[in-house]
Amino acid sequence: MSQLMIKVGMASCGVAAGAGDVWKAIEEYMANNAPDVTLEKTGCIGMCSYEPLVEMKSAGKDMITYGNITAEEVITAIEAHLNNDAEKLESVAKRIIPRVETLDKQSRIVLRNTGIIDPTSIDEYLANDGYKALEKALKNMTREQVIDEIKASGLRGRGGAGFPTGLKWQFAYQAKDDKKYIVCNADEGDPGAFMDRSVLEGDPHSVIEGMIIGAYAIGADEGYIYCRAEYPMAIRHLLIALEAAEKLGYLGKNIMGTGYNFELHIKEGAGAFVCGEETALMASIEGKRGMPRIRPPFPAQSGLWGHPTNINNVETFANIAWIINNGAAKYASLGTEKSKGTKVFALAGKIKHAGLVEVPMGTPLRDVIYEVGGGMLTEKPFKAVQLGGPSGGCVPKELLDTIVDYDSITKTGAIMGSGGMVVMDESTCMVDIAKFFLNFTQNESCGKCTFCRVGTKRMLEILQRITEGKGEMEDIDKLYELSENIRKTSLCGLGQTAPNPVLTTLRYFKHEYIAHIQDKKCPAGACQALIKFEIDPDKCVGCTLCARRCPVNAITGTVKQPHVIDQDACIGCGACEAACKFGAVIKS
Amino acid sequence: MDQKRPEIDAIIDRYHGKKGVLIPLLQDVQKLEGYLSRDSMQYVSKHTGVHLADIFGVATFYTMFRLKPQGKHVVRVCKGTACHVSGANLITEAIRSELGLKKDEDTTDDGNFTLMEVACLGCCSLAPVIMVDDTTHGKLTPDKVGGVLAKYK
Repeated sequence: MSQLMIKVGMASCGVAAGAGDVWKAIEEYMANNAPDVTLEKTGCIGMCSYEPLVEMKSAGKDMITYGNITAEEVITAIEAHLNNDAEKLESVAKRIIPRVETLDKQSRIVLRNTGIIDPTSIDEYLANDGYKALEKALKNMTREQVIDEIKASGLRGRGGAGFPTGLKWQFAYQAKDDKKYIVCNADEGDPGAFMDRSVLEGDPHSVIEGMIIGAYAIGADEGYIYCRAEYPMAIRHLLIALEAAEKLGYLGKNIMGTGYNFELHIKEGAGAFVCGEETALMASIEGKRGMPRIRPPFPAQSGLWGHPTNINNVETFANIAWIINNGAAKYASLGTEKSKGTKVFALAGKIKHAGLVEVPMGTPLRDVIYEVGGGMLTEKPFKAVQLGGPSGGCVPKELLDTIVDYDSITKTGAIMGSGGMVVMDESTCMVDIAKFFLNFTQNESCGKCTFCRVGTKRMLEILQRITEGKGEMEDIDKLYELSENIRKTSLCGLGQTAPNPVLTTLRYFKHEYIAHIQDKKCPAGACQALIKFEIDPDKCVGCTLCARRCPVNAITGTVKQPHVIDQDACIGCGACEAACKFGAVIKS
Repeated sequence: MDQKRPEIDAIIDRYHGKKGVLIPLLQDVQKLEGYLSRDSMQYVSKHTGVHLADIFGVATFYTMFRLKPQGKHVVRVCKGTACHVSGANLITEAIRSELGLKKDEDTTDDGNFTLMEVACLGCCSLAPVIMVDDTTHGKLTPDKVGGVLAKYK
């Protein structure tokens, strides 16, 4: 072992935070000084708010994790470790993060390797029990035994709907056809969700292994991973992983000498949220417009090119190898009666430790947010947490003791969804959030069902009116009526769940709608048409910064003289408030 | 129209005989010009036998296909939930004012930048986020936008 091992988190969120510069600095340092150092890339450990993250382990010592570290500081840290330089170590000590604390509260099954191994190295995956489950399934288990094991584990589809995975496999297994397909849905389109991206970037083999086991169980010899094109690094890592797995005989003809053949392809999506729906996804793989169709026939009877097809999402597949290796009973010992195992959540929004977490089913939302997530980002109090993206809803603080399982979350009006969890504080307007999601679904509706196509548009117009202070009380009734009709008359999940963000905000935050309609006020101060910015002439020093930042040139004034905002021209964007260093811009 | 387009022929050849390849084929054609021109779509239709209506149907369904020329650099502003609650609108405004784009414009007059709003980029913990070409920039404020774009001017 080298004197010092260094790992840099190089998932796309890490790179966006500056991990590339850190990596380059280390490489340069190594080229110039040739120290006894091993440098490795890894995926996302989940502590995204601390990116760039660097781990350093000196021989014979505990590992130290540095967060929010700069290129300059990382070199100081390396020198400190190499030379046992206490003074230098002291100077970077502020970057050391108590890694164990945040990770101890989690149970990592899906994320078992993410952020630990180098995702581009199959050897590291193999060293962590990689492809052992595949070997066990192919050599020691019948197809029926694999399906029974997954059934006994209680695993339910992690894409959102929560259908029992073992049962889904059984349907595809029972379908009679010479040709069957298995598909991995990696079209993670929910705004606010990035679980699947992190797994694909950080541990692609775990998904591939799960897919091969699934393919064996149902009797498929060909598969597709349908991945969003917005995830270039995930696609890159998948391609590297496929090639390596093929080379070592885990994919292709006569896998591990068992006579079983399986071919796997990557399909890049082209940007359409509705393709997360399974029939739309299959149409897209076939090269058509991604429009959902009526079920039945279900994909298990007639899917890709008319053949039986089984579709699961990334997180579901990432659980499979662990279950085969550790046994269904161990998996089922985690969680609640009807929701077994763990769930990965992407924590984002106004939360201290934004990132990726995996907790056992049954954990209260409060613990996920306040213990694992570290609580609120600022002093502004918690208002709601959004679960399930555009198909989900906002859960208010009164319901924070709701536990994480499919049924309990559905009772609140939200859905478990794929795992996006966006925390909102008092500065978030709930009518605006409802409008935000409606805008999204309205844009992404494929247009096939009239109520989804036109109804969401009408709802959006109503919400637009309300946020502009032009709403009427009858609008609330119209929202309920449209919601009900859209839910009843849409073919696929996109339309059926599109009203959820509006319904949940109406259920828990109706007073905010009423404040917009009757008082013409936005209590959160977020709706641009209902807020007013003014400059306090006593505080303004005439620095002109606000006038330069204003996108519509609504601010006038001469240098060193108080400036004035032209209220007719102002669009209420708040750029002046953000720019002012003297607190002279007042929002009302 | 009857002119030979060897670079498109090469793409068609590459996908010849494979099933379900219309989308990747069009993605490759789009890479040639930065968008799908009417001529290119007609050419693909003529030389693959796929109906022009099917090609146009696919091209208009998916957001990655563009029917208008685009700038040298593409600036994607994330409008995911986390970015929305962290002020993505202000970032869009700042980019528009930095690039001098008017209300309905998305490409600068010099053809250097095209601005797009996109669904979640999946870097929610760094919200608000933009992606310029293939590079993601996170934890932005309206102040920082100028500095980021300057690198691409």
